[in-house]
Amino acid sequence: MDQIPVLELQALGREAQGKLLVADINLAVMPGEVLAITGASGAGKTSLLRLLNRLDEPTWGTVLLDGEDYRHMEVSALRRKVGMLLQQAYLFPGTVAENLRFGPLQQGKHISDDEVDKLLERVGLQGFAGTNVSRISGGEAQRVSLARTLANDPRILLLDEPTSSLDEANRLSVEDLILDVIHHNGMSCVIVTHDLAQAARMADRVLVLEAGRMLKVGSPRKVLHA
Amino acid sequence: MLSQFFPTDLSLGIAQAVIAAIISLLVLLLSYWQRLSMEKEIFIALIRALVQILAVGAVLVFILQGPLWLGVIILLLMMWMAAREAARRVSGIPGAVRVTFYGIFLGSGAVLVVMTFLGVIKWQLESMIPVGSMVISGGMNACALALDRFRGEVESHTGQIEAGLCLGAESEKAVMPYVQKAFRSSLIPRINALRALGIVWIPGLMSGMLLAGSDPVIAALYQFVVMAMIFVASSLSAFISLHLIRRYIFSEADQLLLQSKHQLQK
Ligand SMILES: Nc1ncnc2c1ncn2[C@@H]1O[C@H](COP(=O)(O)OP(=O)(O)OP(=O)(O)O)[C@@H](O)[C@H]1O
Ligand SMILES: [Mg+2]
Repeated sequence: MDQIPVLELQALGREAQGKLLVADINLAVMPGEVLAITGASGAGKTSLLRLLNRLDEPTWGTVLLDGEDYRHMEVSALRRKVGMLLQQAYLFPGTVAENLRFGPLQQGKHISDDEVDKLLERVGLQGFAGTNVSRISGGEAQRVSLARTLANDPRILLLDEPTSSLDEANRLSVEDLILDVIHHNGMSCVIVTHDLAQAARMADRVLVLEAGRMLKVGSPRKVLHA
Repeated sequence: MLSQFFPTDLSLGIAQAVIAAIISLLVLLLSYWQRLSMEKEIFIALIRALVQILAVGAVLVFILQGPLWLGVIILLLMMWMAAREAARRVSGIPGAVRVTFYGIFLGSGAVLVVMTFLGVIKWQLESMIPVGSMVISGGMNACALALDRFRGEVESHTGQIEAGLCLGAESEKAVMPYVQKAFRSSLIPRINALRALGIVWIPGLMSGMLLAGSDPVIAALYQFVVMAMIFVASSLSAFISLHLIRRYIFSEADQLLLQSKHQLQK
């Protein structure tokens, strides 16, 4: 069964202000696969993730999205296809529903109240549509942020330590929620985490970065117990 | 009283300046008495102000007799100096001088050209240069305020801006709230000035016209005209430079180039 990878990183690297952030990453992410990126603080995890939806520009190499070089794609279409959740929720001022509508509105699409409710139900926030974002908790905000990304119906989800600002109980439930959503929508996922147990729980494969380079890559069992 | 002893305008002017200087020396004594140790500074500032303004007066004697194109060149030079000053106040944005120059040149320039064409500003150096300088400095202040506020807003909202980009927003859309905030904050001082006009202060231009013996109503009307010109020039300059800078802080591929200090330190 030969599948084309959804994401193919080809000799991907970046330097900024004379500093090497990421170098020489070659890797393919298959449809439905969950890849975890781990490594010490400052290893370049965030820098690598930001290259995958072209939020930063690669200095070397490129990324193929469904076999197509992403530098030839329209960047807003690329970012809708490759959704990204930042480390914090960074909600826009206003109501939860306004946040969910933001993405589709960028293409002139207005999503109905029903669709908003469905998205909120998906992340366990029924009835929050009219709530102002200044009144919700950190865990709820991260869920809204996830729902906001899902409103664009992405094929791939990029997550940068999505649970690091949450307490233990919220961490596990958001983690479960993410896995549930990925599997339900048939998305691929790249998740940055420094929590090795989380990597083992969530990922099909783990990539360990060191000083911007690939140290190891393989199944969680092989990589994390070696 | 002085005019009895100083029959010519020039000698009278000098005598007035000397008296003003003597009165200013009282502050020097006050400083000495209160041990502020500012006597030297005050003395130098006073002398400097006198020399500078005399120099400008002397230069104007020649310029005002010159051809009209000289006025255009002087106004362009003023715009360039204003652009550099405005850019200096918002250091840290690459290419800021170009942005402030286009803003001031197009914003203030448009107002000056239209008003001169309509005859509101007389096609004479005596009118073009002073009114031009007021309009240009209005543009300069508005540009500096708008850009400084914009940079602050962007630096403290990189997360929201990048969240917008991640959701497929174009860069212009992602920074729109901060363009609006910066524009609004650059208008506030000018609106306040309009609101206080005449009640809290009688600006220099009207005072000058009154002192020179103009009819107060005429002086008031012209003061309003000039204030309105400054208002329009400030708004246009701020608007144009904000819309230019908005592009400079993103790459071709809608990547935010201006990072927050917090992020760079990390
Ligand atoms: N734009 C930039 N310019 C210069 N250096 C940068 C830039 N962005 C990141 N760095 C540096 O590159 C290194 C890698 O940063 P990155 O944020 O990718 O690490 P990380 O693995 O995500 O770390 P953490 O676990 O702390 O989030 C760090 O030393 C960081 O200071
Ligand atoms: Mg990081």
